[in-house]
Amino acid sequence: MKMPPPVRRIQVEGAPTVVPAPANGNGHASAVAGTAPRLKQMPRAATTPLERMRTEKLSIAYGSKLAVNEVSLNVRQGEVLALIGPSGCGKTTLLRSLNRLVELTPAATRGGRILLDGEDVDGYDVTWLRRRVGMLFQQPNPFPMSIFDNVAYGLRERGSRKPSKKELEPAVTEALHRAGLLDEVKDNLDHPALALSGGQQQRLCIARSLAVGPEVLLLDEPCSALDPISTQTIEETIVHLRSEIAIVIVTHNLQQAQRVADHVAFMYLGDLIEYGEAEQVFRAPVAERTREYVSGGFG
Amino acid sequence: MSAHPAATRAAPDLWTRIRGSESWSIGDRIGVGLAWGAGLLLCAIAVAIVLYMLVRGLQYLSLSDVFSHPLPGLGESGGGFLDPIIGTFIVAILGIVIAGPLGVAIAVWLTEYARPAWLARAVESGIEIVAGTPSIVLAIFGLIVFQQSFFSALSPTGEGATPLGRSFLIAGGMMSLLALPLVVGATREALHSIPRHVREASYSLGKDRASTIRRVLLPASRRGIGTGVTLGMGRIIGDTAIVFILLGATLRFEPNTGLPGWSLLTGNGSTLTTYVYNNSPAGEGGQPEKAYAAAFVLLAIVLALNFAVDLITRGKGKSWTR
Repeated sequence: MKMPPPVRRIQVEGAPTVVPAPANGNGHASAVAGTAPRLKQMPRAATTPLERMRTEKLSIAYGSKLAVNEVSLNVRQGEVLALIGPSGCGKTTLLRSLNRLVELTPAATRGGRILLDGEDVDGYDVTWLRRRVGMLFQQPNPFPMSIFDNVAYGLRERGSRKPSKKELEPAVTEALHRAGLLDEVKDNLDHPALALSGGQQQRLCIARSLAVGPEVLLLDEPCSALDPISTQTIEETIVHLRSEIAIVIVTHNLQQAQRVADHVAFMYLGDLIEYGEAEQVFRAPVAERTREYVSGGFG
Repeated sequence: MSAHPAATRAAPDLWTRIRGSESWSIGDRIGVGLAWGAGLLLCAIAVAIVLYMLVRGLQYLSLSDVFSHPLPGLGESGGGFLDPIIGTFIVAILGIVIAGPLGVAIAVWLTEYARPAWLARAVESGIEIVAGTPSIVLAIFGLIVFQQSFFSALSPTGEGATPLGRSFLIAGGMMSLLALPLVVGATREALHSIPRHVREASYSLGKDRASTIRRVLLPASRRGIGTGVTLGMGRIIGDTAIVFILLGATLRFEPNTGLPGWSLLTGNGSTLTTYVYNNSPAGEGGQPEKAYAAAFVLLAIVLALNFAVDLITRGKGKSWTR
């Protein structure tokens, strides 16, 4: 007798994207029924948000294919900006252009301007720019060395002087503390980083970025490979950090955007469709496309 | 059976695991059978070689053979094969000292730079050609090159002050070409297996390409490099043609004139492969017991290297997700 094939269960990454059915189909107020509570426990930034980066009519094309079309955005310290939109809408390309990582793609061309603290990023030395504008990736990617060396990596080889381990220790500890990882690893700093769990690895990557003292931190779906608990820890870290660092996060997870973002930019096919306060974009989107997307109509 | 499907699935017997499912067609079953047969046959051949050499080798091998010099002249009984053993290691080390750094450098250039594209393609084809060239061709080519008087410092000179073109240095140098493709291949594979975002993470910390290669990519490729180097040494140790033509295949060391170490490196000698050939009745000699003993030592060295490769690759630590 033949047996039915076993059902393969596909693990859902991170927290599920909950898209409850709208109560009724008309009216702005009811367009979205997302109920994710914001991480309000964290105090808002003491100072008013301060602009760190700005894009002016930024366009990016891969060969003849336009990926980002004349997008103008502000990135402010003291708040989290979430880039949302369906796959292929250009949000990751936009993010990668902010630290000029997109230039590594041979066919990529750029139009428009990107400013960091009022100065065109093209005027900066690219290695200097990337220390000011750090980045976190979808997959945790610690380097194959010890936890300590991972965090110290960005601090070493600056100029001709080689700082000793002892000199680096305070900065490494500080970075691990800010990333919320210090308590878990403080006795094992010489252990290999790749032996940590996925969530710990991702927080180590945050610590590694923080160690070089960035003003802006770019997060490219940082929790998509993590379990819900690790996701929560990282989101709390993000909200903590926003008072010192301007944070841009690309996410497919609308609940995550609701939990952490202060401002939300919705992109579609390379265009910036809507930009505004998170509350407004989710509760009362102006554009029809945005309303469809945040209510789960497509994506 | 339908009553307890879970129990059946929890502890499948061997046959169920081989088939994977009950719905395999007759063709699939024959295919699986052939695959098993081929695997078992290979194991049987390997076991036969090792057992035969073990029995013969242990029968004839004595420690004094390993630690004493051969007697001069072919066909003379007596003497050990210390010189060929040392010669084997000299050639392998010389070859890998050249092929290792060169191979890693080529692999890094091919994976991380590879500009201009035509040059990268040319380098790739060059490596393929070297990998596909029979070692006898490399040997003869090497002889022609190193018999030029420009290279007279590298080997003993014969009549008319033309260099012989035969020495450990020359043999090791040409042997490095045997190991080079293996080092390049294994290192490239290791570099390719590092996801792009790991490189980008390093760039995002304000590092340039050179320090990313030095601090991240090469350390992450250690295992691949180790595998390539070990395989390359195995290839060198097993080669016969280059030893015959470019080393002289003399039973004993026959140093050149000059400083002690240098005279050895620029002098002639042999390795275990040519020693076996020169002593086996199947080859030039009439001392089968010496040939068996030396072949056993040779096999042991090569097996030890293969085992080392296994150790290097098996310990594969945690890695990244793509």
